[in-house]
Amino acid sequence: MTTLSPTSAPASHAGRATPASGTRTTGRARRSWTEHGLVFVAPFLVVYALFLIWPLVSGLGMSFTDVDITGVGGEFVGLDNYAEAFGDPAVWASLWNTVWFTVLSTVPLVVVGLVLALLANELRVVQWLWRIGWFAPFLLPSGVVCMLFLYMIYPSGFGLADQLLASVGLEPGIGWLTDERYAMLSIVLTTVWWTVGFNFLLYLSALQAIPPHLYEAAELDGASAWRRLWHITLPLLNRTTGLLLVLQVLASLKIFDQVYLLTGGGPDDSTRPILQYVYQQGFTGYRIGYASAVSYIFFALILLVSLAQPVLARRRRAEEAAK
Amino acid sequence: MSTATTTHTGGASGRRPRLTPGRTALLVVALFLVAAWLLPLVWAVATSLKPEGETTKTPLEWIGSKITFEAYAKVWESGDLLQWTVNSLFVSVVTTLLTVVLCAMAAYGFIRTDFRGRRLLYGLVLAGIMVPPQVLIAPLFTEMVQLGLVDTYWGVILPQVAAPAMVFILVKFFDGVPRELEEAAFVDGAGRWRVFWTIVMPLSRPVLAAVAIFTFISTWNNFLWPFLVTTDPNGMTLPVGLVNVQSSFGVRYAQIMASLVIAGLPLLVVFMLFQRQIVRGIAHTGLAGQ
Repeated sequence: MTTLSPTSAPASHAGRATPASGTRTTGRARRSWTEHGLVFVAPFLVVYALFLIWPLVSGLGMSFTDVDITGVGGEFVGLDNYAEAFGDPAVWASLWNTVWFTVLSTVPLVVVGLVLALLANELRVVQWLWRIGWFAPFLLPSGVVCMLFLYMIYPSGFGLADQLLASVGLEPGIGWLTDERYAMLSIVLTTVWWTVGFNFLLYLSALQAIPPHLYEAAELDGASAWRRLWHITLPLLNRTTGLLLVLQVLASLKIFDQVYLLTGGGPDDSTRPILQYVYQQGFTGYRIGYASAVSYIFFALILLVSLAQPVLARRRRAEEAAK
Repeated sequence: MSTATTTHTGGASGRRPRLTPGRTALLVVALFLVAAWLLPLVWAVATSLKPEGETTKTPLEWIGSKITFEAYAKVWESGDLLQWTVNSLFVSVVTTLLTVVLCAMAAYGFIRTDFRGRRLLYGLVLAGIMVPPQVLIAPLFTEMVQLGLVDTYWGVILPQVAAPAMVFILVKFFDGVPRELEEAAFVDGAGRWRVFWTIVMPLSRPVLAAVAIFTFISTWNNFLWPFLVTTDPNGMTLPVGLVNVQSSFGVRYAQIMASLVIAGLPLLVVFMLFQRQIVRGIAHTGLAGQ
């Protein structure tokens, strides 16, 4: 059962619980307040309603007003905010930057994660070293990672990136974060370094769950290491890869920290993602109504990606069943 | 060493790994990649130990004319870092405790009890998995202003507790706990509350640990929300404070790197101590195995 099929799987779980627990609770002679299921669910639901459902609803409401940051005095403006957003070149540019970052980062994050996991699984020595080396950066706050890259890796001349280029005889002095040609790539590079460890760990545990007898049979048949990788390992990792792709796309679409801290969206807004535009409109421009409208356009994009996953998974299952 | 490793990792085949030429080549590649990954961290530590005047020297010098802890002393003296660490610790611990307890209770209520509207409410919680918290920043902030929670610990904590994905993970786990154990306790006269706390919760330690670890890491490292909801430097969490203070350091690189090392260290140490559990925890949430 995959984790990311929120609509279908859990409903069946909950459904199964009904008859058994129902008869047991109603059949009891003495019932205390704790027998009621709502007692268990209520505390979470209160927090959930206040800090997820309510902002979701009120945000939608605000997107039809010109409310400011304190939430006071919003006049109803109908669809004006949405009309403005669709005609706002900055919305389209920052949406494009967001998608472009997602495209650039997803493939290396999944592929590098896979390669690192295959290496660690194949070597099966000094596992702690691979875990610490590749996973540890994931544990650092984005602030730490970005300050490190901003002040010590990317600065022109004395930065580590330039010095490494110089030491292998390449031309240093690249504007890693200041040149429009490289800024987004530098952000991707930092992101891969920082977060690939998570994908590495997921792949590693998927690899270690593959039963050894599958390989033993192939080895007896004289299959080479490459053939075993292509015909056994990679197909068995399909589900993990599919899941990781979706998780990665959803995570990358939400980019904010790295861009805000490394380039501030520049040079010339060329790296500014949609969430930063929301932040600028709402928190420095005080236009919460407009920021909410832009948020909801972005939310629609995220929903589209989330909903595509169960559909794709179902189609894949159908294909597998047809074979 | 190698036998111990192979037995618990159980990879392609159970035998002891031999050092064939192919494997040696792979090992070299892997070591090179690990070195590349650790390089930025080593560079940060190396810089933090240099005298301030030598941090921007070229060509590449890993160690300065002397190793000094001056930058650390300076950073620590300013006192802010300690305050932010305390804030981060408080926020992360409380968020983690609340998330674990509230989500576990909710999950148990959804999967093991019955009440009117249960399926509808569960559906509502599951639908929340698709709402990225980042989308809610504008209305959430306005709500915080109205509730007077800006610049308070609760303003940082509460929005992070409403984690529907954690409820889902716990529902999946509780569903697999054998009912017989609970039924025996019911026969002995225990109520739901006691069964939950004395039987279900202790049995669920691995998955609770996983949820706790995940929540702790993400709360400790969260930037955007604490950044928006705190304006008073005394109430900032570590990542937000660090970013806020860089301007006051000017371009004192050794001090900036020293503060990064101090800020990055706690979770790295925790990870090194609990590697096994954290890795198992990540697998346990059902993300990897399926």
